[in-house]
Amino acid sequence: MAREIPYIVAVNEALQLEMERDPTVIFYGQDVAPSDEDPLVKAFGRDRVRVSPISETAEIGMAVGLALAGFRPVVELLMAEFMLVAMNQVVNEAPRLRYMSGGQVKVPVVFKAGYGFTAGWAGQHTGSIYNMFCGIPGLKVALPSTPADAKGLFATAIRDDNPVCYLIHYLLVLEHGDVPEGEYLVPFGEAKIRRSGSDVTIVATGWTVGKALQAAELLASEGIDAEVIDPRTLQPLDVPTILASVEKTGHIVLADQATRHASAASFIAAEVAEHGFSYLRAPIKLVTALDATVPYSAPMEAFVLPDEHKIAGAVREVLGEAPVAA
Amino acid sequence: MSSELSNDRLVWIYTQMARIREFEERVKRTFEEHPGVIRGHTHLADGAEASIVGSLATIEPGDQLTATYRCHGYPIVLGTDTKAMMAEIYGRRHGLCGGYGGSMHLADPERGFLGTSGIVGQGIPHATGVAYAAQIRSRAGGVPTVVLSFFGDGASKQGAFHESLNLASLWKLPVVYIMENNNYNVATRSDQEDANAAAGEPLSVKAKAYSMPGVTVDGADPLAVYDTVKEAVDRARGGQGPTLVESKVYRLSAHGNLIAPPGVPLHYEEHEAIRVFGNREEYDAAVRGDPVPRFRMRLIEQGALGAAQADAIAERVRDEMEAAVQFALADPFPEPEAATNFVYA
Repeated sequence: MAREIPYIVAVNEALQLEMERDPTVIFYGQDVAPSDEDPLVKAFGRDRVRVSPISETAEIGMAVGLALAGFRPVVELLMAEFMLVAMNQVVNEAPRLRYMSGGQVKVPVVFKAGYGFTAGWAGQHTGSIYNMFCGIPGLKVALPSTPADAKGLFATAIRDDNPVCYLIHYLLVLEHGDVPEGEYLVPFGEAKIRRSGSDVTIVATGWTVGKALQAAELLASEGIDAEVIDPRTLQPLDVPTILASVEKTGHIVLADQATRHASAASFIAAEVAEHGFSYLRAPIKLVTALDATVPYSAPMEAFVLPDEHKIAGAVREVLGEAPVAA
Repeated sequence: MSSELSNDRLVWIYTQMARIREFEERVKRTFEEHPGVIRGHTHLADGAEASIVGSLATIEPGDQLTATYRCHGYPIVLGTDTKAMMAEIYGRRHGLCGGYGGSMHLADPERGFLGTSGIVGQGIPHATGVAYAAQIRSRAGGVPTVVLSFFGDGASKQGAFHESLNLASLWKLPVVYIMENNNYNVATRSDQEDANAAAGEPLSVKAKAYSMPGVTVDGADPLAVYDTVKEAVDRARGGQGPTLVESKVYRLSAHGNLIAPPGVPLHYEEHEAIRVFGNREEYDAAVRGDPVPRFRMRLIEQGALGAAQADAIAERVRDEMEAAVQFALADPFPEPEAATNFVYA
């Protein structure tokens, strides 16, 4: 039975269920359950739920050690940027130890963090930096855009035998949606077609999925039928679903909250350019954040971000219904 | 002489020290005898044998360890096949890690050696996490196990060291931090980059900042190392938390083989004391204090080891490492296509 709950409740529900199911799941991080009255502490005890100092390198590095020793730690990192403090552990330890050992060990850890908090948090707490984790063989990246995916991708991340960056979007935490009760898993590497359409493919991630759907509604009133695809995981990436859509529509716009260069939009565009060029009837168009640090002041913040109007404008361009920008 | 060790155990310690030394000498000779066979960077444990074996003589079944890129010594003591180790360093198919890791990334989890980090200090939190796992299992009624975290003096200037020791002490984790202080960060002397060293204090004083015991021991004396680490291991196993052991060793080879682009023959240059600082006296004194012959002499003098027995050990060790070299030379390379295995579990 599905029922409507907020995204953040779905996140917590997945953790609760996985900790009930598997006694090797450990959860800790900064400001996680400092009170012994915390429901997670009462349910699972202090050995499995701990509050850590502000020590990202130790938090993440210890998770690697716990995983080597047979546990499945989930580290609460709060803000994706806090992983930058411990980037060596995230990209150079966790994903490489299995490979360098010739497959003798595995490192099942989840790095849980929020990102994209473009609500006046200025330059260092607003980044959409998932692209930094996408070029790392051995690491997986999941970006839920709906409450149901927030639950299902988290449960899958915890059960995965590899390190996973599970990144929730801070602008979505209070969004409501239907979420299945009980055990619910969303497989990695399977894109979701959020809206079917025949004229243009819009690929969007995280918060921009909603913006792409709004753009599709604007376009529908103009007689343009847009298909909206949410990859849900960027590593692994479901390229076939995107290519099949482009084969059908002949046009593609990629929306991404990250800055343009080395964004998810740019590497998905490269896949389409290499493998789907013959399907394209117009150049690929990217709608990303501008190449700037996110500014504090509201009008400037809005200016650098993609939105439904910019996405709709890009669709009109690729369909030849507006001038193509140089 | 440590009272609790039998003659057999003392001879075992000497034998392991001799095996590490011979293995490392064969790695080093490979650069001369078989140019091009070893790629990249190797780091030798010669000079640290007493510290390594004295430390590992304290562990019990189920105990675990992590180490650095200077990692050949530990698995030898744990019983890892030296043929597989040499084959790994030669990049061969039946190498310990299938040729995926090489000299810097040996791992033998079956024997408790969970692996290394090639980045200074970054294995310390791994060991700390393994100790967290050990604590959880112990409190759930499992056998109490202990984790040894091996790293160098340079690592103690890393944030990973500070963060890990704080957490381990706070959570009373069963881990012993063993800092092998060889007094050099590659070429930089410890007193040039460590405030404690510059002030003339031992590096073990850092433990005070984490409210844990800090002990400095002569890392050239395997029995002193054994006694010190044993006390720390017992303390950790008893649930009283971590200890920082500073084991003072002298690295008898340069930090690593020459760093050079492909085409330039690799070899070991002279130790940095000579090459960088022109201090041959320091190096010669270290060679005179070489812990391997020194311990051999000590055991013979005390009657724990006969001269003929010592010669037999030396011969066995030479044969073992010759066989390791010959196995590794004859072992085929991995199939190139195997390079995409093990990226994901």
